[in-house]
Amino acid sequence: MTGVETTPDDRAADVEFELLLEAIWRRYSYDFRHYARASLRRRVTSAMRRLGVERMSLLQEALLRDVDLFTRLLTMLSVPVSDFFRDPAYFTALRQDVLPMLATYPSLKIWVAGCSTGEEVHSIAILLDELGLLDRALIYATDINPEALRTAEAGVYPQARVPGFTRNYQAAGGTRSLSDYYTAAYDRVVFDRRLRARVAFSDHSLATDAVFAEVQLVSCRNVLIYFDRVLQARAVQLFHDALVPRGFLGIGSRESLHGFATARSFEVVSREQRLYRRLA
Amino acid sequence: MNEALVDTLRLHPPSVIVIGASAGAVDALMQLLPPLPADLPVPVVVVVHVPADRRSALPQLFAQTSALTMCEAEDKMTLQPATVYFAPPDYHLLIEHDGTLALSVDEAVHYSRPSIDVLFESAAESRGDRVLGILLSGASRDGALGLASIREAGGHTWVQSPETAQVAVMPRAALELAPHVTLDPASMGRILADWGTRRG
Repeated sequence: MTGVETTPDDRAADVEFELLLEAIWRRYSYDFRHYARASLRRRVTSAMRRLGVERMSLLQEALLRDVDLFTRLLTMLSVPVSDFFRDPAYFTALRQDVLPMLATYPSLKIWVAGCSTGEEVHSIAILLDELGLLDRALIYATDINPEALRTAEAGVYPQARVPGFTRNYQAAGGTRSLSDYYTAAYDRVVFDRRLRARVAFSDHSLATDAVFAEVQLVSCRNVLIYFDRVLQARAVQLFHDALVPRGFLGIGSRESLHGFATARSFEVVSREQRLYRRLA
Repeated sequence: MNEALVDTLRLHPPSVIVIGASAGAVDALMQLLPPLPADLPVPVVVVVHVPADRRSALPQLFAQTSALTMCEAEDKMTLQPATVYFAPPDYHLLIEHDGTLALSVDEAVHYSRPSIDVLFESAAESRGDRVLGILLSGASRDGALGLASIREAGGHTWVQSPETAQVAVMPRAALELAPHVTLDPASMGRILADWGTRRG
């Protein structure tokens, strides 16, 4: 004898969840329908606790008519916080193997897709600066979350996170002191405006938008894990189409291109650091 | 007592085993995992609290003493029977409805990423009552809520008996929140071996 797979209440919650995603898509054109379910559901449930809403169907009803509520929910649904130089070895590989190759281009274009609150954008800008390439680089930093983009654009982070940033920076082979790049003010630090002078922050969805530029490096780390296979395939295709022939793609340390049709158009540069290169 | 638990598993077989452990994890898992047979009919998914900046050595460590396949979880892996999946350092590990694994870098829960609650709650949500949740030694409160949610969904829930745990905080926290079966890890291993090899 085997138990029933789910209780009726669980099935009701499944239906409510799908209807909620459909409602968000049709009303606000944000498409979460192909996000990985388990994490998104956890986030929705935690957002409901914070908003004091008991059931997803009640949340849906309120969302359809309350734009401000949707804005608040959107922030709660898409806020993975990153670190400066998260996975230091990835940035060492960029510093030693990838960026020097890109130095041969008259202008360097880099796309940080799903940049969230900007930690990786600043990290890459620091690398470029230390390699003397920042002045002729352009970084496209995109995300679906306008609130996160504003934080990224301000370059302000809590002082409490700086020791971790500094450890990572040093582990990634930083040639200066990270404090050369920020000014401390009370419990926060502000990173130099200079690091963002060559950054274009912009609203872009990997789920619904198209390629907008030709770049030599796409860095999109720990974003694909939030997508299902369908949306992952779409995103990888976008990266492929955005890259110049022989351009580089970096993804998260536990992500892979394995199994995507587009993967055949890439070669592995470093399996360990999940760095790939578009074939010519 | 143990015979009765084997019967309970036979009557109501889980489709996945989820395990959470923190301080004292290696000692407990060294007793629990080696007895499990090479043809264990279900996958085993494990969260052990490990430092974020280190490569996990756990799969290699347990591969030496276990008949099961050991690996570190990657995004979208399909769960296979007789295989043990460890959460990678600095990622939450979740089970999806379609039988694949998912990772996330969402904020830490109880100061932990990976978090046991995150794994357990996703197991309860995706597998309903077909889950066996096991909470072992640890110094955190992580796992207590998750194990309660597995129990609430009708799954099996086992907690390492506090007197056998190197650090009893985690087992006690779970038992304060809800009643669970308490066992020493070696007995857990034997019960699962009995169920796994002579299933009917």
